[in-house]
Amino acid sequence: MLEKALHGSLRYWIWIAGLILVFCAGFFFYLRQLDYGLGITGMSRDVSWGLYIAQFTFLVGVAASAVMLVLPYYLHDYKAFGKITVLGEFLAVAAVAMCILFVFVDLGRPARVMNVLLHPQPASILFWDMVVLSGYLLINLLTGWVILSCTKKEIPPPSWIKPVIYLSIPWAISIHTVTAFIYAGLPGRSFWLTAILAPRFLASAFASGPALLILVCLILKRWGRFDAGEKAIQALAKIVAYALAVSLFFVGVELFTVFYSQIPEHMHHFQYLFAGLEGRHNLVAWMWTFAVLSIAAFVMLILPGVRRKAGWLALACAAVFVSLWIEKGLGLVITGFIPSPLGTITEYHPTGPEIMITLGVWAAGFLLLTVFYKIFVHVRGGREGSPCEPAVDETIH
Amino acid sequence: MTSSRRDFLKIAGASALTLVTPTIFLPAWAKDVIVIPPGQSLAPVKSPAARRWAMAVDLTKCAADCNDCIAACHAIHNVPAFGNSKDEIKWIWKESFASVFPGETHAYSGEKLQKLRPPVFCNHCENPPCVRVCPTRATFRRSDGIVMMDYHRCIGCRLCMAACPYGARSMNYRDPRPFISNIHSDFPTRTKGVVEKCNFCEERLAKGMLPACVEACRQKALVFGDADDPRSEIRRLLKTRFSLQRRAHLGTGPQIYYWL
Amino acid sequence: MNKNKWGLILLGLAIFAVTVTFPFWYGKGKSTPPELSLETPEIAALDQKKCVEDKTFMRADHMKLLNVWRDEAVREGKRTYTAKDGRRFEKSLTGGCLRCHSNKDKFCDLCHTYAGAAPSCFDCHIVPGEVKK
Repeated sequence: MLEKALHGSLRYWIWIAGLILVFCAGFFFYLRQLDYGLGITGMSRDVSWGLYIAQFTFLVGVAASAVMLVLPYYLHDYKAFGKITVLGEFLAVAAVAMCILFVFVDLGRPARVMNVLLHPQPASILFWDMVVLSGYLLINLLTGWVILSCTKKEIPPPSWIKPVIYLSIPWAISIHTVTAFIYAGLPGRSFWLTAILAPRFLASAFASGPALLILVCLILKRWGRFDAGEKAIQALAKIVAYALAVSLFFVGVELFTVFYSQIPEHMHHFQYLFAGLEGRHNLVAWMWTFAVLSIAAFVMLILPGVRRKAGWLALACAAVFVSLWIEKGLGLVITGFIPSPLGTITEYHPTGPEIMITLGVWAAGFLLLTVFYKIFVHVRGGREGSPCEPAVDETIH
Repeated sequence: MTSSRRDFLKIAGASALTLVTPTIFLPAWAKDVIVIPPGQSLAPVKSPAARRWAMAVDLTKCAADCNDCIAACHAIHNVPAFGNSKDEIKWIWKESFASVFPGETHAYSGEKLQKLRPPVFCNHCENPPCVRVCPTRATFRRSDGIVMMDYHRCIGCRLCMAACPYGARSMNYRDPRPFISNIHSDFPTRTKGVVEKCNFCEERLAKGMLPACVEACRQKALVFGDADDPRSEIRRLLKTRFSLQRRAHLGTGPQIYYWL
Repeated sequence: MNKNKWGLILLGLAIFAVTVTFPFWYGKGKSTPPELSLETPEIAALDQKKCVEDKTFMRADHMKLLNVWRDEAVREGKRTYTAKDGRRFEKSLTGGCLRCHSNKDKFCDLCHTYAGAAPSCFDCHIVPGEVKK
């Protein structure tokens, strides 16, 4: 089926070429990072994790969101999602691939990465993260590919794929819980030492991932000759709305605990985020943007009149994705280090090479995504370019 | 003979597996055998009697403007000086009292307390969070209580830096060698990409010497000993004087004690 | 299949065989293993000119011995090595091996370059001649 990705319009090839260009630029800067060391980034002794790990954290969430399609369809027979579970699974594959790449570019001695498997430490959550992420990658690659090739051949999928699909549901929850546990078990970082971190992660994951999926479906409908179906898109939009509501509620709950208890150590992080601390206010503008965008997006998504208009829906989903990227990608990881355990405030500014490497990895992920979705559209979107049938395919059960 | 691409890939994959299978099922085939001279074994020998190395800092003697301990430690361990706080590596340094003991000072604390600058370094905790999180066991706790770094194994993931509640660890964000003014050949340098920290001078302890900072301190403000030995000086002093530990409520069991 | 195809196939196989065995036959007889120099003042001063172990063992296994030393010295704190003949040594590259073999460029580097090995040990472990105290 891979050859399906080699046929496309000029617009398709320009998109691919652009992505390859960005990836090559990122790779070039990565070689410079290998030579100079991680000092080429903005990370410091106090803020020892930056853009790379922040992207990793955000993308694990996006990967986990495939479960929002798989669970309703395979466990509860929600037929509207039947056509697009494969889209979710391929998104998971691309997202996990990006996660793995981001962790890799963040390592100080990447050639030694196999030490995690050669000298395993089961007490370390990072070890389990490697295990569950690799497993999730394989599960989704397998299920997505098998289901899609069965669709192409118009035969029912093999019976052994069902247990694998059912496995992917708790596994999706586990990958993001394990990632949250990396942060939530550290005794010295009061910003992360909260039981609600894993639920927060999952809530924002289930908002941001499906939001991206909706955007992809709208793009595929407009330019990819594939219609996911109005019912599916609206159902996804409602999932995004409620997940976003829960996510915002969790942020509110955190703010209450921190500011009502008035414990300085806990307050400082949130003060830094939303008001600035001791004159340092790098993230304040970002965080208020997150607040405004996410609340506006929520309003748009719960009003049926707005949600049913494709243009507004796209805007709302983009707002969800960007605002949650800010909250998780920027706000969460860096703030854990500010203030430091000794009370110093060291701000973090990503450098040019660091941003280029980050964009390079995103480009690699989008390249994977584009190739997968091109194949999907060719198989699903009707043969010889004819418009596809919006009815649900009865053979996939 | 026609066979589909699918069949070809299946056969190729199966053939590739045969290259791997021997090493999985018969690891001895894959490993070289090293001939061990008689009398020597690769199995770990029983470690010496368990000890718990600990250090006490007498803040009544520590001079706020003195940096002898820092100079000695950083010199003999080839700690680089990058000249900027972003890439900075420090095994031992001094902070204000309020930073070292958050919550122990208040608006009415005397000037004397506020002027103190206690030296801080790795606490060699009994229950170290950094050891718990290290995915490769590159940092590990020895039976004598020292939290060690194995620079050969560290992958530079920096989870230990996030886990340490004391900010005791530093990452080599750059190649350190050009930034060491005077390389001491008794101790290796490190490469870029690994995390490092105070090692309680375990290489000196192995030769029966005291840690460099303890020896260098003019005011004799640092006391080092075996906290497990009831007859050691540090035990005697800890019993008679009130001592503070850093963030003890976190349950890490730090082995550095401060006397006021 | 007709004869043309067989001809091409055999030609392809031949090219493949030649290319794949290239490392084995290229340069055969053109270069000889280097002569290592043991002429250092420290070795000259020794009464018994014996290394930790004998030449055959060291040639084949010094890298594995160093790995064992690394793990035992760093991870277990066991710093003393007892050789086959009972002599005791401190497990140290800089303070042991390089103390006698202080001519790294005429000893270690010669074989490493010849064999194409690039051990990263010296990134950290100090070579006494290269670094002034």
